[in-house]
Amino acid sequence: MHIVVLMKQVPGTSNVKMDENTGTMIRTEHENVMNPLDENALEAALEIRRLRDDVSVVGVSMGPPPAKRVLEEAIAMGADSGVLLSDRGFSGSDTLATAIPLARAAQVICGGRIGPDDLVLCGERATDGETGQVGPMVSSFLGVPVATYVRSIHVGDGYVDVERVVEDGFERLRLSLPAVLTIVKDINQPGFPTLDGKIAARSVKIPVLTLKDLGLSPDHTGLHGSPTRVVRVFRPKFSRDTVLYTQDNSGTATDNLLKFLDSRGLR
Amino acid sequence: MDYEGVLVIGEQRGGRVHSVTFELLARGRALADKLGVKLSCVILGHGLQQYAQEIVQRGADTAYVIDDPALEWFLPRTYCNAVVELIEEAKPEVVLAAATTTGRTLMPLVAARLMTGLTADCTGLDIDEKERLLLQTRPAIGGNVMATIKTPVARPQMATVRPKSARPLPADPGRRGEVVVKAYKREAASSASEKMLEFVADATQEVSVQDAEVIVAGGKGLKTRDGFKLVEDLARELGAAVGATRDVVDLGWIGYSHQIGLSGKTVSPKLYVAIGISGTIQHLAGMQTAETIVAINRDKDAQIFKVADFGIVGDLFQVVPEIIEKLQRAKAHKAL
Repeated sequence: MHIVVLMKQVPGTSNVKMDENTGTMIRTEHENVMNPLDENALEAALEIRRLRDDVSVVGVSMGPPPAKRVLEEAIAMGADSGVLLSDRGFSGSDTLATAIPLARAAQVICGGRIGPDDLVLCGERATDGETGQVGPMVSSFLGVPVATYVRSIHVGDGYVDVERVVEDGFERLRLSLPAVLTIVKDINQPGFPTLDGKIAARSVKIPVLTLKDLGLSPDHTGLHGSPTRVVRVFRPKFSRDTVLYTQDNSGTATDNLLKFLDSRGLR
Repeated sequence: MDYEGVLVIGEQRGGRVHSVTFELLARGRALADKLGVKLSCVILGHGLQQYAQEIVQRGADTAYVIDDPALEWFLPRTYCNAVVELIEEAKPEVVLAAATTTGRTLMPLVAARLMTGLTADCTGLDIDEKERLLLQTRPAIGGNVMATIKTPVARPQMATVRPKSARPLPADPGRRGEVVVKAYKREAASSASEKMLEFVADATQEVSVQDAEVIVAGGKGLKTRDGFKLVEDLARELGAAVGATRDVVDLGWIGYSHQIGLSGKTVSPKLYVAIGISGTIQHLAGMQTAETIVAINRDKDAQIFKVADFGIVGDLFQVVPEIIEKLQRAKAHKAL
């Protein structure tokens, strides 16, 4: 059984620079970390591996060469291997153009065609884009079922049972395998890198797959393959006429707040 | 045929059409009017025909009802098949759905099937009238800037929209429109691959924050879990629900269901009181449509004051207890 874990490198802080011309993110090499929910997805994969003896957990990330570090981190945490998708042709990809190479890579990792015993996991969303679109899109390109917002996984024979969190409760779903699951934080507590893992991460070679390796044309991915365009990035202006008081010891500010609430019928 | 018209994907839970459908209709109506085209709305489920008239009264020119027992619960592939079939037949230029657990799962599948663009979690939608293109605005990159996105070539142009980010139009009993009931063409392979075993309603998942008329929310300025109690105390005094920023939820002071902002809930209460919240765009995106906003913060330059109607600059550990005390005193006075 292959468990492919899709992982995204995201900025460690929320201070990210934008390219004003293309509206895409400028990624710098340092300060990138593994998307936190992808850590939960990886941990979920490792938990499944603990229960069976035929599981290989493979991390996949798409990004510039330094994104390799996220995969090394995954191996240090216990993944068996990692694959990096890296090509200039991938840059500027929107969610659709990202899902195509990731789906193709999942096929390659599962021996050419995702099989009835394989699973793809990823975080429900990434902390930078927060779209949550790539996981379901990957399932569509693989032609397999998907469950999103998954907080528990039980793998059976040819199927997987999951709990999916929704607005007013949760659903228990049964999907046939192979399937794609997107993971929420509640599912587990991600583990830390182990000493063995760190040693493995240092010695393992992380293969890099390009557009050509995946058998994709430049029209499928990157800016070319992206149906959406960012046309403007801006800091929004908010305008309300603000009545502002500074707190002192007179109690004027809070008195006026109560009067204000009364004047609007809010108390 | 060219793509024309606006289609809204309505939402139902447990056989009842959800109010977010009417919010989407209000958004869709505005876009359709700008484009000079028709607005249609589809609901998928079983036994929903009774809602078709209300959908028309809330702004649709055409209400599609796809009725089948197989659609009673949201199943991604099954719903995707039904929606893709309708889109291929009706060819709308714009498709809107709710940014709920359903819409955020369904729409990426539809986008991948149709190889078209999809923008998640839009807070603003408009039409570029020169190019007749949908302008989709959403908070971007950790929520500190906004991005406007278009889909120049591929069709339809699709977006998911935050619940509670628009107000529904009032139902107009005089509005006339077309109701089309459609059958679902069952697809054996999809329905065999995904099954709903059970739905467990869980009231604690959904605290009342999204529907509350008054919300008191706290940020990192409360300093500790213990400090955050001030927010809960003031909320109790005002009969309000408790909200929190992402930072506070990440610190574990309160559960995720209380989180307000881009990665949490969007709210439009009558009164929103922000305590110790600096006002990142990520947070503002979730509460700026509140009718009245009150902010209390130490930093007079905090972004939150720009959206506030009433602000107090000062130490919240002094200000909030003083407000609570005055509210209690006023209540006691009234009781006499």
